[in-house]
Amino acid sequence: MIFTAPALSYTLLSPMLILFGGALLGVLVEAFVSKALRPVVQLTLSLGALILALIQVWKIRGQQSLTAAMGSVIIDGPALLLQASILIISIISIFLIADTEHFTALPAALPGSEEERKATQTGDQVTEVYPLTLFAVAGMMLFPVASDLITLFVALEMLSLPLYLMAGLSRRRRLASQESALKYFLLGSFSSAFFLFGAAYLYGFSGSLTFAGIQQSIVGGTGNDVLLLIGMAFLSIGLLFKVGAVPFHAWSPDVYQGAPTPVTAFMAAATKVAAFGAMLRIFYTVFANAQWSWTPMLSGIAIITMLLGSLVAITQRDVKRMLAYSSIAHAGFLLSGVIALNKSGLDATIFYLFAYGIATVGAFGVVTLVRDATGEVTDLNRWKGLGKRSPFAAATFSFFLLAFAGIPLTSGFIGKFSIFSAAFESGAKGVVLTGVITSAISAFFYVRVIVLMFFTDATEDGATVVVASILTRSTIIIAAGITLVLGVYPTPLLNFISDLATFIR
Amino acid sequence: MKWLTLLMLLPLAGAAIISALPKANEKAAKQAALGTTLVVMATTIAMAVGFQRDNVDLQFVEKYAWIPSFGINFALGVDAIALVLILLSTMLAPIVVLAGWNEAHGGRWSVKTFYILILVLETMMIGVFAATDLFLFYVIFEAMLIPVYFLIGGYGTGERAAAAVKFLIYSLFGGLLMLAAIIALYVMSGEQGGHTFDINKLSQLEMSSTTQNLLFLGFFIAFAIKAPVWPFHTWLPDAAASATPGTSVLLLGVLDKVGTFGMIRYCLTLFPEASKTFTPLILVLAVISIIYGAILAIGQKDIKRLIAFTSISHFGFITMGIFAMTTQAHSGAILYMFNHGFSTAALFLVAGWMILRRGSSTIADFGGLQRVTPVMAWTFFIAGMSSLALPGLSSFVSEFLVLVGTFTKYPVHAIIATFGIVLAALYILIPVQKALHGPTTPGNENLKDLNLREKIAIAPVIAIIVVLGFYPSPLLKIINPASSHVISQLGLIDPPPTNGDK
Repeated sequence: MIFTAPALSYTLLSPMLILFGGALLGVLVEAFVSKALRPVVQLTLSLGALILALIQVWKIRGQQSLTAAMGSVIIDGPALLLQASILIISIISIFLIADTEHFTALPAALPGSEEERKATQTGDQVTEVYPLTLFAVAGMMLFPVASDLITLFVALEMLSLPLYLMAGLSRRRRLASQESALKYFLLGSFSSAFFLFGAAYLYGFSGSLTFAGIQQSIVGGTGNDVLLLIGMAFLSIGLLFKVGAVPFHAWSPDVYQGAPTPVTAFMAAATKVAAFGAMLRIFYTVFANAQWSWTPMLSGIAIITMLLGSLVAITQRDVKRMLAYSSIAHAGFLLSGVIALNKSGLDATIFYLFAYGIATVGAFGVVTLVRDATGEVTDLNRWKGLGKRSPFAAATFSFFLLAFAGIPLTSGFIGKFSIFSAAFESGAKGVVLTGVITSAISAFFYVRVIVLMFFTDATEDGATVVVASILTRSTIIIAAGITLVLGVYPTPLLNFISDLATFIR
Repeated sequence: MKWLTLLMLLPLAGAAIISALPKANEKAAKQAALGTTLVVMATTIAMAVGFQRDNVDLQFVEKYAWIPSFGINFALGVDAIALVLILLSTMLAPIVVLAGWNEAHGGRWSVKTFYILILVLETMMIGVFAATDLFLFYVIFEAMLIPVYFLIGGYGTGERAAAAVKFLIYSLFGGLLMLAAIIALYVMSGEQGGHTFDINKLSQLEMSSTTQNLLFLGFFIAFAIKAPVWPFHTWLPDAAASATPGTSVLLLGVLDKVGTFGMIRYCLTLFPEASKTFTPLILVLAVISIIYGAILAIGQKDIKRLIAFTSISHFGFITMGIFAMTTQAHSGAILYMFNHGFSTAALFLVAGWMILRRGSSTIADFGGLQRVTPVMAWTFFIAGMSSLALPGLSSFVSEFLVLVGTFTKYPVHAIIATFGIVLAALYILIPVQKALHGPTTPGNENLKDLNLREKIAIAPVIAIIVVLGFYPSPLLKIINPASSHVISQLGLIDPPPTNGDK
């Protein structure tokens, strides 16, 4: 038997390889470096890996390849843009994760056990969250560039498994955190199963697991359409679960609430980019010619996602749950970019993903600052009068909320405008109209939070705002800066995206 | 010289200066704000001198690429209508600052923040009238809600937070309907020769009458909420009652004009056919606004709410003048926008001073002010007379033009609207009688009359009301060419009998 060594183009794969390397090193650091040094070393290592990967992505921009990893990975413009977005979002999220106050000292110990108490008292903090983050980021980087179903599935699991763990790491309310992790894990496993089921049908339809093969069968029209439809539906379920679209959204409020807030920030922003990145590739290339089979389905899902997300958000009393429902509504807005299926839709979705991801990290960054003696305060009633106690936190949070609401002079407005106009161009008028109406609905609950913070007098049990660490502060300031710049003068980024974003197949 | 950009930058520069001042030095913030607004006013007047009044094209045109991939430009320019409204805005701004010298003190935040918000708002007020790119217009149209929101919610009185939210939600809802229409226009422009937001190019788009009707509604509802026209008015009384008098002046005097301005600039220009289709309906709404606003004004016990309802009535007149689509009515409507700004400013400012002195905004708490505070009483009286369009004061001219211009085409509407004037006499004379005349209500004996600062602030307003009442022609000469241009663009000819333009 003869083995041929696989030909890998290391330059194109280098961003992902750097992250894998960094993650593995992180595991070793966790084992061998002394406790006192660990946090600093881990942070430097993770940040270094992320920045190096970003530089590498920048260097290979404009390059394209179908064969970077024996046909399992496609490197093209959209891929690099999405990877860069994931990296930038991860870098500013890592600053939040660096605040170990949010993480349990000893995740392996039972909640409330003697060991846990001892670890907390002695400040004996493990820092495994860093390598976990890097593994997740590596998976996210692979997800939108995968070009066969196996690689796609591997990437999906690789980004999900660390996230399941990370959701359970919270220091406060550990049981709720673990419950959310378990819920996330179980539902995630279901959706993975659906995904695999769909992949099997698609294999049955086309006799191939590669995107190119499936696409050819669709174009050729030789396969059995029933298999294609079933396969497409189940594959979509797996993807829609990850982006939190209705009716596959049930996990997200619980997980958003239960997970440590820095993890929520990272997960909410970066997972969306990765999952929508993969959706864009699959629906814009593989399934493009079966457009009539899936646009009605996705349109319907987009509409109910926008409606449910924004309506249910109104009733929320917890800031993290409110942001979770708001992110569901945003998944609906983003789906309208997938439905558009044109060049402007692709550009708009990539822009929106980046802008939304940055604002999301910023918003959760502010949430990490609002605390009382027992930890973070997420009950909105106790946010009353926050503007008086901390103008910085309240003002930046309001700004992010205005961006979510799509008020002009924020990146959210440019994103909404471009994504809706792309969808309108493709004839999805119902989706656009729903989008506009739900934007009005959602403005209501965003504004309500601003009212709470600025125009309501503080209650006695109100939350206090801790002085932000330099890292958290810089996350918030960077995020606010990007949100403002992209709202006032988005031209450079829009041009950059529109020059690069073309799927090569 | 880039006049319009300069005008937009000046208030921002002032805001930057104020933000650099120490928080404790409130006086410096006020002086800086007053100085800035005066400079802006002077610059506007200097610009207006160079305006060619017989030229109906946009003037002082500027254009910079902003987001080329969407065909968006930072494009500015003014016609006579926009010029008049920019003049109104920049003239009211220093008056508001001076008149409300101490009104920022009751706020949730610092005095400094108040003036920064006012100056940012001034930039946006200039920009919203000067924008000739639909996208730019929309951006400012929406963004200007935010400073107003904080001005009402942060510095107002009573149920200020609720009023601010109501204002914001109503406006956002209207704005988003307009956004849907703007997206449709944008996509159509892409199909017909390249994405653009240039108003002139957009007005040449081909579209079916159904599309045009729908898009017209998207714009019109947004503007009707802003103006406000019945039945979209319910936010206004709350907002005006809660805001500080100065904010109310800007809100009713300038911001609401964006609605009526938008009807002319966008509804009539972009959707001429749809405008004609909906004219009968809109005229009915306008007439209802006139009568409804007036009747409700009569019933108000709170002086600020009363003024708000009179404004709803006045906006009915303006809307009627716009959609009557005769040159005369149109000129009248534009002049009305200007005059209403000043008469409302006078009413609100004097009412604000009365409230400040008495500590109550209930009309019944005043009484016999004529004897205690003669100057304040007289200015309120003149402002009231202007509001009810007494001949010899500025509002009379515009109201008369609107009615005459409407009568030639829609006599029934004009006749019903005339009852609005009768009701106006009631809603002004009743509070005048209650507040100013009769025996002095106990507790009012020691009220102080206007001080020098207040006199200086109100004097130019009264002067403008009186001068334009006797001699409106300088303004009309600017306005008339523009309004006859709008009417001819619509392909309409004025009915012959009353075509008595100068």
